[in-house]
Amino acid sequence: MSEFLLELIYIVGCITFIVGLKMLSSPDTARRGNFIAASGMILAIIGTILFYRNEAGQPVGNIPWIIGGLAIGGGLGYLMAVKVKMTAMPQMVSFFNGTGGACSALIASMELFSSSNSEPGFLMVAYLGIGVGTITFSGSMVAYGKLDDKINDLRSRLMPYINLLLFAVVVGLIGYATFAPQAMGDTAGWWLLGIALVYGILFVMPIGGADMPVVIALLNSLSGIAGAFGGLLYGNRIMLIGGILVGASGLILTALMCKAMNRSLMNVLIGNFGGGAAGSSGAAGDQTIREATVNDVAIMCAYASRVAIVPGYGLAVAQAQHACHEFEKLLEDKGVDVYYAIHPVAGRMPGHMNVLLAEADVPYPKLVEMDDANPMMPNTDVVIVVGANDVVNPAAETDPGSPIYGMPVIKVWEAKSVIVMKRSMRPGYAGIANPLFFHERTKMLFGDAKDTMNKLITELKTL
Amino acid sequence: MASVATFFLENQEMIFLVILAIFLGVEVISNVPAILHTPLMSGSNAISGVVIMGSIIVIGYADPNDTLQLVLGLLAVVLGTLNVVGGFAVTGRMLAMFKKKK
Repeated sequence: MSEFLLELIYIVGCITFIVGLKMLSSPDTARRGNFIAASGMILAIIGTILFYRNEAGQPVGNIPWIIGGLAIGGGLGYLMAVKVKMTAMPQMVSFFNGTGGACSALIASMELFSSSNSEPGFLMVAYLGIGVGTITFSGSMVAYGKLDDKINDLRSRLMPYINLLLFAVVVGLIGYATFAPQAMGDTAGWWLLGIALVYGILFVMPIGGADMPVVIALLNSLSGIAGAFGGLLYGNRIMLIGGILVGASGLILTALMCKAMNRSLMNVLIGNFGGGAAGSSGAAGDQTIREATVNDVAIMCAYASRVAIVPGYGLAVAQAQHACHEFEKLLEDKGVDVYYAIHPVAGRMPGHMNVLLAEADVPYPKLVEMDDANPMMPNTDVVIVVGANDVVNPAAETDPGSPIYGMPVIKVWEAKSVIVMKRSMRPGYAGIANPLFFHERTKMLFGDAKDTMNKLITELKTL
Repeated sequence: MASVATFFLENQEMIFLVILAIFLGVEVISNVPAILHTPLMSGSNAISGVVIMGSIIVIGYADPNDTLQLVLGLLAVVLGTLNVVGGFAVTGRMLAMFKKKK
């Protein structure tokens, strides 16, 4: 009877995951989708505790320990999720992703070390669970540190080779330990844990800036795959299906992010962005830039009929989203049509800008995706670029020598005039010269994005 | 190689499930608007916390006299729960911010 109930609960759980994910992909149903998936998860947890039976037909024991663990993890997780500032969301998601990976690695190693099973199938799944889980854990924690500005990018020419080597060692070790189980015994598991831990750290270390969204999406996918190996290990269908669903959807998101940069996943992971060819688009020194004053910009915008705002990571750094929203509302009150044009890899995680602006109460129909925004550009009077750089670089279209040539960008230069808000002339993350700054329709407005926005707001109010 | 074939035959059902689930995952997610990328990722991240079932099973059959196993199992349950609860709560908070124009 209990086996029947458990399978029934697992089937319901699987359905809630699928329906929940589906609903998460539309703004109107997303909240309900999240709730449905969460309910399914709670149901499955309760079902496992009450109805799971091992081969000998015994129920789950050590109940006080389980309840204790659930209470500690649940309380801590809830507190962290509720207390975290909205702007620290990317690192929080990364952190939780890492704990899931650690859980997968831990259960796979406990299963491996406590079992005398030496069938290749079992060993392979256990080793893969340890490897993928550990990489997810250490990679996510490094990503967490980077997003939280605790860890800096570490790049060197040797890095790609070290990483390729480590990756080969991880794969080789899993294969060797699987098919020659006597050779290393349990030590293989320890070696794998150690090497995968180091690999996870080193493969995220050199990646930064615009490449971050790709890595975050990839780590998300890996956490699902690690969970699926756990499912195979226990013959547990809900773990398998839940894990694979996440793994597959994470890979789609990763591919989407790569496409948004016109680069292959390999290229991102090996990480030669902004390398060698950076100087090819010509020295910037001999070109002149035009500076605008706050007053000019306020007047231009107030008398425009359509204004676009293109946000980038600089907006997040300066925490200018609230000022930005107020500026937008003031313009709307003056009858100006304002929209935000958002590049898929703007910011440090997929959808970063959307979350940031939503936090400032910007209604989401105002957030226009790149593909829809580009045809609107010629009919836009003023484009304000706030802290974005590479995603509005015309060199991606015109200069075959540029490292970002071929990357889809927001064609702000097609608008009637462009205002670039920037702290200085320092190039963006990738270190690529941006001809947009010298474009005849461009004017620069130097300063901190939040300060400048506030000055614009004051100026607008006096008009 | 023979052992691999046995493994394959014994786990046929699982392998079919994996293949179907991959296509399902891809199908469910395609055409998601960019505005939902972060909540979607965070929500699916919470779903990957489904490994918590494994941690419950591990600790559930641990020898009650083996403190090391119990502690490690407890750690696994805590980590898994962090992922599940934190993931869904963060997603809920994020989604609460997305509002339509009044």
